[in-house]
Amino acid sequence: MIFQPAIIALLLASALSVAMLAAAAPFALQLIRRWDIACGSELQLRLERRTYLFSTLTALVFVVQIVALLLTVFNADRMAAMFVGAMCAVGTLNANAWGFPMLHAQIVLFFLAAIWLVLNHVDNQARDYPLVRVKYAFLLFLLPVVAVVAALQLRYFLDLRADVITSCCGSLFSEGSRTLTSEISGMEARPALLLFYAALGAAVFANALHAGLERRWSGVLAGLASAAAFAAAMTGILSFVSLYVYEHPHHHCPFCLVKPEYGYQGYLLYLPLFAATAAGLGAGVLQFFVRRPGLVVPGVRAATRLAGFAACGFALFSAIATAMVARSNLVLLG
Amino acid sequence: MNQWIARQRYLVDFTLASLARRKTKNAGLLLVFALLVFVLASVMLFASALRHEATMVLAHSPEVILQRMVAGRHDLVPPGYVERIGRIRGVQKIEGRLWGYYYDPVVKANYTFMAVVPAPASGFAARPGAREASAPPAAGEIVVGSGLARHRGVQSGNVLSFRSYSGKLFSFRIAGVLPADSELVSADLVLTNQADFRAFFDYPADHWTDVTLSVANPQEVRTVAQKLANALPDSRPILRDEVSRTYQSIFDWREGIMLALLSAAILAFAILAWDKASGLSAEEKREIGILKAIGWETGDVIRMKLWEGLLVSLSAFLAGYVAAYAHVFHFSAVLFAPVLKGWAVLYPKFTLAPAIDGLQVTTLFFFTVLPYATAVLVPIWRAAVTDPDAVMRG
Repeated sequence: MIFQPAIIALLLASALSVAMLAAAAPFALQLIRRWDIACGSELQLRLERRTYLFSTLTALVFVVQIVALLLTVFNADRMAAMFVGAMCAVGTLNANAWGFPMLHAQIVLFFLAAIWLVLNHVDNQARDYPLVRVKYAFLLFLLPVVAVVAALQLRYFLDLRADVITSCCGSLFSEGSRTLTSEISGMEARPALLLFYAALGAAVFANALHAGLERRWSGVLAGLASAAAFAAAMTGILSFVSLYVYEHPHHHCPFCLVKPEYGYQGYLLYLPLFAATAAGLGAGVLQFFVRRPGLVVPGVRAATRLAGFAACGFALFSAIATAMVARSNLVLLG
Repeated sequence: MNQWIARQRYLVDFTLASLARRKTKNAGLLLVFALLVFVLASVMLFASALRHEATMVLAHSPEVILQRMVAGRHDLVPPGYVERIGRIRGVQKIEGRLWGYYYDPVVKANYTFMAVVPAPASGFAARPGAREASAPPAAGEIVVGSGLARHRGVQSGNVLSFRSYSGKLFSFRIAGVLPADSELVSADLVLTNQADFRAFFDYPADHWTDVTLSVANPQEVRTVAQKLANALPDSRPILRDEVSRTYQSIFDWREGIMLALLSAAILAFAILAWDKASGLSAEEKREIGILKAIGWETGDVIRMKLWEGLLVSLSAFLAGYVAAYAHVFHFSAVLFAPVLKGWAVLYPKFTLAPAIDGLQVTTLFFFTVLPYATAVLVPIWRAAVTDPDAVMRG
């Protein structure tokens, strides 16, 4: 294992997260079984009090997990110097079999955590805890996800071996290792371009539509369009946006974008994209609960705001990507 | 949105006023927190500055160093060895180097003697401008590093005598002192010409200490090393990348060890924060009771307490980080330097280039604010759910 501050910090954060969620799990079970808002028993009173603690605790865990995703990518990029042939985060994550599963699990957790935070927010807005069971059932579902992320992180970091000069034998110990290709093959540029703008346009439209109409179907549509737009946007970044940024027809790396050599342009792309997708998904998921008594007003209001935010986010993302393509000197479509 | 902001503003306002009411208690916590951040940030800033320095120094070293091995030990390069390498595509220059260590009993320190070799050892023509900028010193003259000059109290023009390993006394006139800005690599350096070097150390004729190769294209370095290893099985090619990676790992490891040792301090701090947060004074309890009696909800009290924690931890973080920055870059990290940079008699004096790094700040935030937030959460909740009548009556 590489003994490095950022790695220790990430492991510390995951360990704390698992511990906190595990502490919340028995309470969640009890709450799901015994919660009855109409009852005035001592148990119910205790449960109501405890939800404050565990909601805050879980919110903290998920905020931490969201920041941890950023730290993981940042750190992977920085560690590239330690591996033979690694030029950016791809090389670091490819250093053993656990790197990419870890990253993907963290991205999934990011979106799930964001949805939980949306539900929690809406639940706090309402008077009589309409979502409390949903929230805690979802928490029980998320506990294994957080545990899996923690386990993957631990495996990945424990299996990392830096390529350094060994103390005595030396003699080009690294001669057997091959350069890790960070070339992820993307789609052809033209269909990817069409898909990219079509999906993003649809997402902006669907989210804006929901912000205006506030109907259930439009909300679900906004959520679906956001998920599709995320996939299309990632494909687009891989297949042509990155090419235009690097001004190189064969460099398809999504991670080099966040390197200082390219002015950290990747953060300009990824932050609005991830935020908008999370908001759009949140608006979509909320539609399943807005009919509940006590939730109609805050639920609809929150979904409308989220959809508005998502529409702006996707529009901003498309604008930034378009600006990057327009500024580039590369000619891809003759 | 405006309403939300206004609400948070009032909460912050109230929290600040309530913090100011209990100055001593909060100042103590703030101080300890800031001290913790200061210690951790000093270690991290110093280690990253050293890493940066190492990268800068290595940027000018040759791409490949070739050592000859005998029985697994570094040995002299015999005559004709360099010629056996032959011509390798992509290699611009092959040069033999002459260097060795000399122990000076006067200051109880080791010097590095190095001969400045004027022409390439083999027949390859050097690139124009790639030749050593300085010409070799004249016979009987040396150029010394500024660390050595400082330690021996000599300057340009003085005469310095060394008793060689064969017992003979050699006197050299100091032709110059190397500039102080190169001290990180030249503190203990003594530059001579080739003949003086060979005479001083009784070095066998036409032997070299090791061989350096310059490769222009970084992607060819590995292939060149492979060819060298094939052509000369008794040699060990050392790549600049490998050296650089090793330095990175060493500094990372030292930094990690320091942080692991300091994790006890983080734990102690978390316990202190827990204790401070759960030890509510009667006055604070009454305050919360009154707030709830006049209509605050449990959620509001928690929010207020979270703001309190946020304000305390952010100010402590900022204060600690700024203090660490000053400590490392203005006071040369007096507290941690011996652990992190190692030790030598002729240790170079160098100033570190100040740099702040986003990854580092985020990591530090995880190390300090996260344990604090976790530790104070339960006490905060316990305070927030107290019934107003229970407090006010008691």
